Amino acid sequence: MRFRRRASPLHAARASAGGAYCTALAACALALQHPLLLGAVILAVTGAGIAAGARHELATAAKFSIPLALLVALVNPLVVRDGLTVFFRLGEIPPFGQVDLTVEALVYGVLLGARVVAVALCCALFVAAVDPDETLRLFRRVSFRSALTAALAVRLMPVLARDSRRMADAAACRPESGRGSAPGRVAVLRAVATSALDRAVDVAATLEVRGYGARTAVRAGAEPWSRHDVAFAASAVMLVALAIAAAVAGVGTFAAYPALRAPVGAGEAVLAVLIVLVALAPFADRRGIER
Amino acid sequence: MSAVLRVEGVTYTYGGAAAPSLRDVSLRVAAGEFVVVAGLSASGKSTLLRAAAGLVPHFHGGTFAGRVVVGGLDTRDHGPSDMSAVAGTLFQDPETQIVLGTVRNELAFPLENRGAPPAAVARGVEEVALALGIEALLDRSTSELSGGELQRVALGAALAGRPRLVLLDEPTSQLDPVAGDELVWLLRRLNEEWGTAVVLAEHRLERCLAHADRVVVLEGGAVVCDAPPREFLSWAGERAPALQTPGARLFARAGLRPPPAGVKEARATLRAHGLLDEEAGPPAPTAVAAVERPSLSDRARARLRRGDLPPAALGCRGLWVEMPGGRAVLRAVDLRVEAGERVALMGRNGAGKSTLLRHLGGLRRPTRGRVEAAGRVALLLQNPNDYLLHERVADEAPAEALAAVGLAALGDRHPRDLSGGERQRLALAIVMGGDTPAAVCLDEPTRGMDRAAKGDLADRLRALAASGVAVLVATHDAEFAAAFAERVVLIADGRPIADGPIADVLTGGWYFATETARIVGALTPEEGAERIRRRLTMEVTP
Repeated sequence: MRFRRRASPLHAARASAGGAYCTALAACALALQHPLLLGAVILAVTGAGIAAGARHELATAAKFSIPLALLVALVNPLVVRDGLTVFFRLGEIPPFGQVDLTVEALVYGVLLGARVVAVALCCALFVAAVDPDETLRLFRRVSFRSALTAALAVRLMPVLARDSRRMADAAACRPESGRGSAPGRVAVLRAVATSALDRAVDVAATLEVRGYGARTAVRAGAEPWSRHDVAFAASAVMLVALAIAAAVAGVGTFAAYPALRAPVGAGEAVLAVLIVLVALAPFADRRGIER
Repeated sequence: MSAVLRVEGVTYTYGGAAAPSLRDVSLRVAAGEFVVVAGLSASGKSTLLRAAAGLVPHFHGGTFAGRVVVGGLDTRDHGPSDMSAVAGTLFQDPETQIVLGTVRNELAFPLENRGAPPAAVARGVEEVALALGIEALLDRSTSELSGGELQRVALGAALAGRPRLVLLDEPTSQLDPVAGDELVWLLRRLNEEWGTAVVLAEHRLERCLAHADRVVVLEGGAVVCDAPPREFLSWAGERAPALQTPGARLFARAGLRPPPAGVKEARATLRAHGLLDEEAGPPAPTAVAAVERPSLSDRARARLRRGDLPPAALGCRGLWVEMPGGRAVLRAVDLRVEAGERVALMGRNGAGKSTLLRHLGGLRRPTRGRVEAAGRVALLLQNPNDYLLHERVADEAPAEALAAVGLAALGDRHPRDLSGGERQRLALAIVMGGDTPAAVCLDEPTRGMDRAAKGDLADRLRALAASGVAVLVATHDAEFAAAFAERVVLIADGRPIADGPIADVLTGGWYFATETARIVGALTPEEGAERIRRRLTMEVTP
């Protein structure tokens, strides 16, 4: 999964605006507990991913995060004793003791899993649609060391991925029997990890000779804000404002224990629609975007 | 003329190393000079360049004595980041020299690091891109570039700040001959047009001597020769034959002086002596391309007509390889390599050489067609480091295989402590295993090797073939092919376009030709010298 320049308003926006937009969506996923609102956030991220042409990246993120979400959903009823509605009694199971599975714990587990998926989708959108070079530049102005580490990590990942593919091929070239015959995956992984150090030294040397350690103040570009920059930044601000307003106004309250309480009224419905509309509105303006 | 690089009595030992890598090295490079640094592997070339870039000792640590001054900055007081303002640096491996995601950002990176205002960054990027002819790549992702393009972009990043000196450590070792020659021509252009001083460490001297003002030779970390190219070649003829170019060997064997620094100079000397057959010229490439059935040896073709062809040691019939998008990488390739035959597989990058070897080695399945082998096929891929998985050499391969490549005495060493040539031999021992395979396929085995190591590998491959093993080597290196092969298959656009005896194929082209072939139309310096002697005799005898 990596950044690829595509013809979309999100790709056309500057990294600070695009990054703020993805962060705001992730913040909404973490702040809003109501199932309807969480569903709205997932719908908004998915819509944004499709509009940004990052469908494949979001699908990959979903493929890896959904099993984790299912695990969370299954484990939560086993370890949480709260909830009044027992739907299955497992009896005495060491080390948990008496285990009663409750609807409330199951539903809460599913919501926790959904939140994991939502955050993973936001991260995938960020990786696929926000220019990492610009992001590193932003970071460098804030923290030199963090940006150096990030630059190394970002550059090393594709190099190590190629190394591991080549090493797996080389391992397959070994004869099938005798000393030095086909090694296991662990041996290949260990070799990749060993070579990672050499590779990191090479990349770090390149950063040095390109003047990265000079600690000269990097000047911010004076580029004017485009309408895409403004749209995504405004969308990010409005998404955060909606989450805060919902918390202040008591809209979208949710309680799992001891009994499920997730009122769905006009407030929740309007808020859910607003989240989707505000998140997808910046994609409506495609003027000047190459197709 | 003012010195842009001054090295004064530098002795340097890497941390934990037993012996110094540089010994009392003193050197001056004037502004606008083009200096080639020559020497065998581990002679100290890379360390010298790293000292000039400030990486030694700031980045690598170790014990440093002496003084290096670059553009007025003393490396004892300034680290590599400061030095980058006066010296651009380019290393061997293009993959680890690209830091950012797009070409434009990569070129802008050094300028931004120096705090240049956005307008100056934008102008610097445009100028360096135009100068290196990479303006069409500016908005491309760096992950989509070929090795040659990556190396050009890395050179662009090194030059973006308009340094007075550019330091290059074997920048062409990972490139095919076309991309390698283009890079050296670029260096010459920026040396002539911008006056940038160039210090280039390189093994393939025939590629760069014609452009050089001086050659500095390192041996065991010490400077043993510092002279103009012709004087260096005369010195190498007596003191370091492994550093002689094929052209110089040709002249030495023919008894001609002075040794030529390049093809043009060699032809001019021969012309002046009336020894150049201007009318004949090299044989036309088409003369060897027209074969009734491509990729069968003459011997095999004759037996095929008689219908008594035994199974090949290695071969394929109607091999098609198509990528998921439908692009065909190999197109109906027929190839047959007999037991004991030595075949060089040549062609530009992306022609399909590596893909063909991977399919012959059983690493990939073809889309259509059949691979035939009389037994196990040992496949050695490009990077020998990829084969090193254990802590001891003895754990990597059987004792008999280690003995066969001359590494029996190094069983207790860590594989990554071996030299480049030794690692290559160890990787060969790993894929050979305990039993003798029917065929051995090697993919670009000479990358980064010095001439002595290449000669050693050619000897081993000939010995292997003499024991009945079919040897197939994909290589860009025409000199190496001339040293080991008896037959060349030239591949382009996924199919063989020429297949014949090496003397025919490698004397009939521009790029796929040895240096001697380009001078006198003969494959090796020995054959070329014989041809020159014959002409001399003809001239003397009326």
